[in-house]
Amino acid sequence: MTTETLARPNPTPDPERSLRGATPPPGRTSDRVFQVVTLAAGLLVLVVLALIVVATASQARAWFNAEGLSSIFSSNWDPAHHHFGAFGLLYGTLLVSFIALLFAVPTSVGIALFVTEVAPRRVRRPIVYTIDLLAAVPSVVFGLWALAELIAPLSHIYQSVSSATSGVPLLGTLFANPSGSGEAFMTAGIVVAIMITPIVTAITREVFVTCPASQKEAALALGATRWEMIRGAVFPHGRSGVVSAVMIGFGRAVGETIAVALIIGSSPRLTANIFGTGDTMASIIANEFGDASGTWRSALIGLGLVLLVLTVIIGIIARTVLARADRRLGIVAR
Amino acid sequence: MILRTRLLRRAVVSTLTLGLVAAGYAGIAGAATVQKGQPKLPAATLNGSGSTLTEAFLQQVIAEFKTVQPNVTVNYGAGGSGKGRQDFVAGVVQFGASDAPYGAGQALPSKPFDYIPTIVSPVAVTFNVTGVKSLKLDAPTIAGIFDGTTTTWNDPTIKALNPKVNLPSQKISICRRSDSSGTTQNFTTYLTLAAGPKWTLGEGPTVNWPASAVGNNGNTAVASCVKSTAGGVGYNDFSDAQAAALKMASVKNASGVYIAPSVATATAALVGVKLLPDLTYNPINTKAKGGYPITSPTWLLVYSTQSDAATGNAVKAFLTYIEDNSTKLAPQVGYAAIPSSFQKAALSAIAKIQVG
Repeated sequence: MTTETLARPNPTPDPERSLRGATPPPGRTSDRVFQVVTLAAGLLVLVVLALIVVATASQARAWFNAEGLSSIFSSNWDPAHHHFGAFGLLYGTLLVSFIALLFAVPTSVGIALFVTEVAPRRVRRPIVYTIDLLAAVPSVVFGLWALAELIAPLSHIYQSVSSATSGVPLLGTLFANPSGSGEAFMTAGIVVAIMITPIVTAITREVFVTCPASQKEAALALGATRWEMIRGAVFPHGRSGVVSAVMIGFGRAVGETIAVALIIGSSPRLTANIFGTGDTMASIIANEFGDASGTWRSALIGLGLVLLVLTVIIGIIARTVLARADRRLGIVAR
Repeated sequence: MILRTRLLRRAVVSTLTLGLVAAGYAGIAGAATVQKGQPKLPAATLNGSGSTLTEAFLQQVIAEFKTVQPNVTVNYGAGGSGKGRQDFVAGVVQFGASDAPYGAGQALPSKPFDYIPTIVSPVAVTFNVTGVKSLKLDAPTIAGIFDGTTTTWNDPTIKALNPKVNLPSQKISICRRSDSSGTTQNFTTYLTLAAGPKWTLGEGPTVNWPASAVGNNGNTAVASCVKSTAGGVGYNDFSDAQAAALKMASVKNASGVYIAPSVATATAALVGVKLLPDLTYNPINTKAKGGYPITSPTWLLVYSTQSDAATGNAVKAFLTYIEDNSTKLAPQVGYAAIPSSFQKAALSAIAKIQVG
């Protein structure tokens, strides 16, 4: 009886009213706008990527017309005689990235494990902060530092390792003919490794942190040591994340331009000597684009296209390998 | 308190006045070296792009031109001769700078244009050999050094040209450019013309150097490579070689005379060189008796018809200024002026540019 006199603070919306086509509830328009904006953003990325592919392909057509697709597998890059064989450069890019990943991935995973599992809580944030600072250093600074400080001691190291392993079957060829100045595939690989460590560490760290504590505790409860727990609980959970981190690191390594251009020696060739000079696709584009014209310029743009296709192919391979490994473990593909 | 303020104020005012007077004198003194009685042009912006070889000279000229025509802003971006030629074709710049004329296989400008010769720059063969103060080299010997076939400094080919010099058995370390450059182009063109079959690496902004040659980014880096490597040899723009205080070899020219690189011998290289109707010329491997054989030419590119009056008049004034003042300004930055006959031909081509 007295309840009827109480004023009702929030009158319930009358369903009849909305059916009659009056203004919709306030949440609906902003939701629609949000959907449209995010769709546009996603499409924009795809459109830009498509435009890049179309533009580079059309500029590179002159090169393909002049030399054919087989020029990608010829190792003779000689602009003075109008030969533009890209294989030496492709090989150089892959070699430098491989060396960089070889050094960076164990280091990054180690840092990530240290920060998430081993380090005392107080030390974690300063370490993370320092690693992220490394990512903020511009790549040209790395190149200049390497040029000024790194190549001289490295050239001595290359000479001693080379003379120590001369005559040994596999290592002998790998370490033969060291570069006198210290500019080499190995030098570039080391510097690029330093440059990709922060990003790989950051992603790997995020992935390891999301490992459910229950799984880790279960492993420890079953009597696993710290390392066995990491191997059994953290790694399987974080495997796809680590692969993503490696892919991103590879993408960054493959695209490193100025730092590599300064310290690799600019000598496009196919050689097993990792202590010798070489060249990569990104570095040769930076070095030669200014004065290039005609087929040469078209070939350099074509190198950019090859670089793009390379990154896509490696990405697909990595995803396939990962999906197959996950399927074997019974993990549903994400 | 009042006294201190008054004293302070007087000190400030007198300092400012002195400063203004000094600046005024400096401005007048600076302007005095430049043409007097030039009508001031209306505001205009000129953009140029191209050769890195001529960059130091152009930046100097631009700074001086600003004092004559303060309303005209000239911007120059050195992205390489190839880029300069392309930007000129695309019409994104009002003038281009190139160390070489348009070659076969390159897109040509669709409208008529002029090559305006400005300065020349000698390319020095620099060396750093223990105990050697001077060196005489000819084209086949240089070719042998730079393609890696000659490996030590006391090689018989070098010894034959320098019988009185005590050449050590030091290993030759080649310093070359890793980036494409007009300097490499002119150096390799010289070797192709003068060394004949001995030089097989071809000519161009970059060539397939031997693996032992150390690549360096930019002229200054090559100069420091030679300076810091015992037994080092390289090729440099004269201004960079001079700035790094490197020893330069005397090179045998087509008349058989050994000439050391300098501003004077670079200008002398153009004596007797034929200036073609389109104002291109080739001073490399010159027959001129006192001329240095490895002298790089460079041109500014400009369209013969300018649609915009302000820009057109500004570009004509800028080019005229360069031709009138390059003899004085070029040696200040380590470049050599072209002979007055070339300058006269350039000035008449500039005068023929139609504006409006």
